[in-house]
Amino acid sequence: MAQHQVNYLKDGGLPVALTTIDKVVNWGRSNSLWALTYGLACCGIEMMASGASRYDFDRFGTIFRASPRQAELMVVAGTLTKKHAEFIRRLYDQMAEPKWVISMGSCANTGGMFNTYATVQGVDRVIPVDLYLPGCAPRPETLQYGVLMLQQKIRRESASRAQKPKRLM
Amino acid sequence: MRAYTPKDNVQKKPYYTDRYWVAPQVAKHNVSSDDVFAADLEAIKAKFEVLEAYIQVDQMVVIINAADNFGVIEMLKNELSYNQLSEMSAIDWLASEGKFEIFYQMLSMTKRKRLRIKCKIDEKESIQSVEKLFRSADWSEREMYDMFGVVVNNHPFMKRILMPDDWEGFPLRKTYPLQGDEFAAWYEVDKIFGKEAREIIGPENRDSARIDRYDTERFARLGHEVPRGTDISNGEPDTPLVYQETEGVFMIEKFDAEKSVVISDRDR
Repeated sequence: MAQHQVNYLKDGGLPVALTTIDKVVNWGRSNSLWALTYGLACCGIEMMASGASRYDFDRFGTIFRASPRQAELMVVAGTLTKKHAEFIRRLYDQMAEPKWVISMGSCANTGGMFNTYATVQGVDRVIPVDLYLPGCAPRPETLQYGVLMLQQKIRRESASRAQKPKRLM
Repeated sequence: MRAYTPKDNVQKKPYYTDRYWVAPQVAKHNVSSDDVFAADLEAIKAKFEVLEAYIQVDQMVVIINAADNFGVIEMLKNELSYNQLSEMSAIDWLASEGKFEIFYQMLSMTKRKRLRIKCKIDEKESIQSVEKLFRSADWSEREMYDMFGVVVNNHPFMKRILMPDDWEGFPLRKTYPLQGDEFAAWYEVDKIFGKEAREIIGPENRDSARIDRYDTERFARLGHEVPRGTDISNGEPDTPLVYQETEGVFMIEKFDAEKSVVISDRDR
């Protein structure tokens, strides 16, 4: 039986890395952004395409979860109606800290073309938003770029519990 | 100078007023021009009062008394083989006549004919449900109640279908403003945070053409990012998209285009 030899000290394969706690925590957080599936309209289709094999979110550590308890990222993809507003708030409150929100597409950003009585004019009236993606609908590349931008944002933040609470009001 | 119109009660004013253009009416023909419809009309007339009947776009329109709606539709279904209720709803004529027009669009598969039953009711009047005859009327009648406020008698589950249960107002009435009344404008804020949050969250921005004088300072174009407040009147620098910090990320290898292999032979 062949003996596999690993020279830990030579090949940079030393299983010890020196860093700060902040960096380790933020490395973990930014590279395992589990997203709550929140497809509300046609943007949801683009979000699903981003998760599927061609664009493949799994390689960034973004896995869609169907439960708010297991998610730290909410991608609000689509039109938020006034009837649904209370539920998005409830699901957001159910997500464990730390949590981030991406508002995907015109409808989620501002209400978009639905300048009517039944549409919330921007999800930021209900939940705090970290990143707004323009487009109607944004292409999967945009969402991918947005997630990578969010990863950079997370890595810039302090990992301690003293991080500023996000408050809408 | 433009004539003064009071604007203190905008919700009383209909959203759409045909000031300049009135839609032309499609020509109405006599029912006797079609044998099948003429026979149907005779059968209806034998039992019920018919106020008006004509053929428009190859479909017969029969206007009846609102009290007869269940009887007429029952007869159409059981005796005249109009076996499908494709659509039913109301039309708001409150401004001109003070009435709602209820219409039932019927289809006969065997006769290959479409027929429309119409009747008018007052604003406070209610109408008999036809849900016992056609299951499709169940949701249609609920939607009619939701959108117009027309109450339907003997409906098994008379409740709003599209709008939330605690909604005020009936959105498809012509007096209902398209962008919502005050209740609609603050609905989600009132419900989630309470009325005291109105001042903090602020009113909705309903002007899609609104331009903020600070917009060019606050936002930068994708791929042309500049720090906040930079003067860009002489053009912006071209910055490539950054997927990762330039110094690299802890424990994550940076993609090196030189090391990558581009597959030129697709069939490899």
